[in-house]
Amino acid sequence: MLALAVRRLIVAIPTLLAIIAAAFVLMRAAPGGPFTKERQMPPEIERRLEAKYGLDLPVGEQLTRYLGGLMRGDFGPSMTYKDKTVIEIIAEGAPTSAILGLSAMALALLVGGGLGVAAALRQNHVQDYAVMAIAIAGVCLPPLVIGPILQLWLGVEWGILPSQGLHRDEIGLIYLIMPVITLSLPLIAVISRLMRASMIETLRSNAIRTARAKGLPEAQVIWRHALPIAVLPVVSYVGPALAGVMAGSFVIETVFQLPGIGKQFVLAAQQRDYTLVMGVVLIYSFLIILLNLAADMLYRALNPRAREA
Amino acid sequence: MPFWTDRRRLLAGAAGLGASASLGACANGRIIGFDKVNKTLDIANQGEPLSLDPHKATGTWENNIIGNMLLGLTTEDAHAEPIPGMAERWETSEDGLTWTFFLRSARWSDGEPCDAHDFEFALKRILNPETLSEYAAILYPIKNAEAVNKGELPPDEVGVTAIDDLTFEIRLEHPAPYLPQLLKHYTAYPIPKHIYERHGNDWVKPENIAVNGPYTLRRWWSNYIVHLEKNPGFYDAANVVLEHLYFYPGNDVNASARKVMSGESGWSTLFPLSQTAELRRALPGYVRIAPWLVCGYFSFNMTRPPFDDKRVRQALSMAYDREFVVEQILREGSDAAYKFVPPGIAGYPATARYSWADLPMEERKREAERLLRAAGYGPNNPLRFAFSHRNTSDNPRVAVVVQSDWTSIAPWVTVELRGTEVQVHYANLRAKNFDVGDGGWVADYNDAKNYLYLLETRTGDQNYPGYSNPEYDRLMRESDFEPDAERRAQLMFEAEQMMLEDAPICMSTFGSSRNLVHPDLTGYEDNIEDQHRARWFGIRS
Repeated sequence: MLALAVRRLIVAIPTLLAIIAAAFVLMRAAPGGPFTKERQMPPEIERRLEAKYGLDLPVGEQLTRYLGGLMRGDFGPSMTYKDKTVIEIIAEGAPTSAILGLSAMALALLVGGGLGVAAALRQNHVQDYAVMAIAIAGVCLPPLVIGPILQLWLGVEWGILPSQGLHRDEIGLIYLIMPVITLSLPLIAVISRLMRASMIETLRSNAIRTARAKGLPEAQVIWRHALPIAVLPVVSYVGPALAGVMAGSFVIETVFQLPGIGKQFVLAAQQRDYTLVMGVVLIYSFLIILLNLAADMLYRALNPRAREA
Repeated sequence: MPFWTDRRRLLAGAAGLGASASLGACANGRIIGFDKVNKTLDIANQGEPLSLDPHKATGTWENNIIGNMLLGLTTEDAHAEPIPGMAERWETSEDGLTWTFFLRSARWSDGEPCDAHDFEFALKRILNPETLSEYAAILYPIKNAEAVNKGELPPDEVGVTAIDDLTFEIRLEHPAPYLPQLLKHYTAYPIPKHIYERHGNDWVKPENIAVNGPYTLRRWWSNYIVHLEKNPGFYDAANVVLEHLYFYPGNDVNASARKVMSGESGWSTLFPLSQTAELRRALPGYVRIAPWLVCGYFSFNMTRPPFDDKRVRQALSMAYDREFVVEQILREGSDAAYKFVPPGIAGYPATARYSWADLPMEERKREAERLLRAAGYGPNNPLRFAFSHRNTSDNPRVAVVVQSDWTSIAPWVTVELRGTEVQVHYANLRAKNFDVGDGGWVADYNDAKNYLYLLETRTGDQNYPGYSNPEYDRLMRESDFEPDAERRAQLMFEAEQMMLEDAPICMSTFGSSRNLVHPDLTGYEDNIEDQHRARWFGIRS
């Protein structure tokens, strides 16, 4: 298992390099640059700015320089924020995004998993249809719609929960409730569908028939025998999905005005802040690789058949 | 099972700790956007600051924050009129070229004296090309400023001198009666020399900064919040009421408006015009719409056909129905523009106007067709071109009106619409890679020159139409060297009128500032610069 992890992490290095190179070239292929604005600066200043950030060099050389910086752990200065480095900006935003993502995923696993199992146990009954209706709604109504609606009802109309922010520059946990719910709804939808389908299949398998034939109580059959098998597709889904939600959600962070890296990423791309975009891309790719690996390892732990390969 | 009980206790303890920590800080309570008891104000600002260093800032939303921390030689009152700031009074030499400022004895928030040397240091730093200030060009009226900023002279040659601790002299390239207007701009703020010498460009970080203004920087959490706290060492601190200011980057104007509605924000510096009526109902007394130093205009690319022909430019300017755009699209808070310099600019009678402005629309369209035919266009030689516009806010909707107005001149006029991202759009305008392109301009200081210089030949790429009229350049240059304010305004007026007849640009609209302000916040006055410093704010109980 350890050998596998090490092997996968080594293979990840060329993958990361390829991602960096592709993102780097794509960013520079977009028209405009970080210093193109409504108001023009004197050409002398523009020239000096470009020289400072190495933008006057050929793209290949810029890339080598950037990689050299990465080796030393230097993500470079932000090209739009004049007083901050990329590391500083990411360090300010990443904790909020990570907390949001992890909480939303935890909530989604609990609720989505539970709903999925409940639906599977009463297949084609009212319970099942109700769960699937919720799932369809969760998929069809994106956070862009749900977020402002919750905000308007719970925050403005009824005044139950604060509608945005984190309580100024402190952190109020109650402020995270609405964003976490909004972020988790689409996840709940997907997880409950996956769980339902997989559970239905598992319940028809020989292993479960055997368990029931042995006379085990139904609760034990489901929780002890069916669930570990049925949860496998969910595990494969959760790895990359968790990386996605932890790397921040532009919509959630904009609607609820939270300091996360998802919003930072989109704004940086619009403003052509090359270094900041690269920094977030790097973190996102690293998270994907890491969480995919974690999902694979968990998959193996849960499923003895996968270990032999 | 001791293991379990231990773990439970541990969890309970952790939960308790977390709860008490956040309760202790009251962080779970609701925010009161305008808290009259704790004297705090939460402000939905219209953008994220990209720098709080006045030498690197470029946006009005940065100005909204920095202008509460630092104070120039002059500063603004609640109506944005220049009043004495760090300078108590000043004298001007007879030729208008040398200004002497007499400073008040004041201190930085860390107790060090804030004096003429800080001003000298700051102005030399911003004009030093190595500082990479994008806005330094505003200070070019100062002697040698342009040469220093272009790297032709060393920074020490900038025409500013600290004669002694409290006497500061500024020498100018040409008389500039608007200097008190200019010196309240953030580019002319002082910075604490002693802190810069210790921390370099990090002087502006919350842990290092010292300020000479009413508020100091507590925290800046990127893309989330800037927290300012009252500076007890400010010379007028006794009259500053609010203790804490919280600025949020309201990238989403709808969210900003919701925040005011839920009471979590006491002031939003922007709201969507389309919601004006609804906001008036929901928030009586909050909506503030006022004329602002902003105009919208379309540039004709004069460097190539068909717009190298004055008749074509004139025809299109005439056929565009500004009134329709104002009444049907932008609605309240905007005016049809028949001149370049917005009404209400200081010291400018502003009577320039398109000569055809009062003709009825039908007649203007007929005249437009006649002009286009005279320029050689017609059924056998159709006029085709593209209208490039920014794909943000109301611009795409205006573009549709423009297209329909121009194509209705005659069936042989075809206009293609091209909407692009703002940055790409301006890059295209600069590179003269367009036929007709829209654009907006917000003045940096309250003077007609801040508009009219855009069309001078020496302005370069930012003269989007590529207008180059030696007579216009001469009038503008002459106005620069004219010490008499009235004569100067007259010269600029002549230049503007001449330019309008040449039609390098088609004027569209004059805009307005749109704020949502808590009705109990006193000291907030509508003004043409849309500048509202928190030191004037008070609480109506």
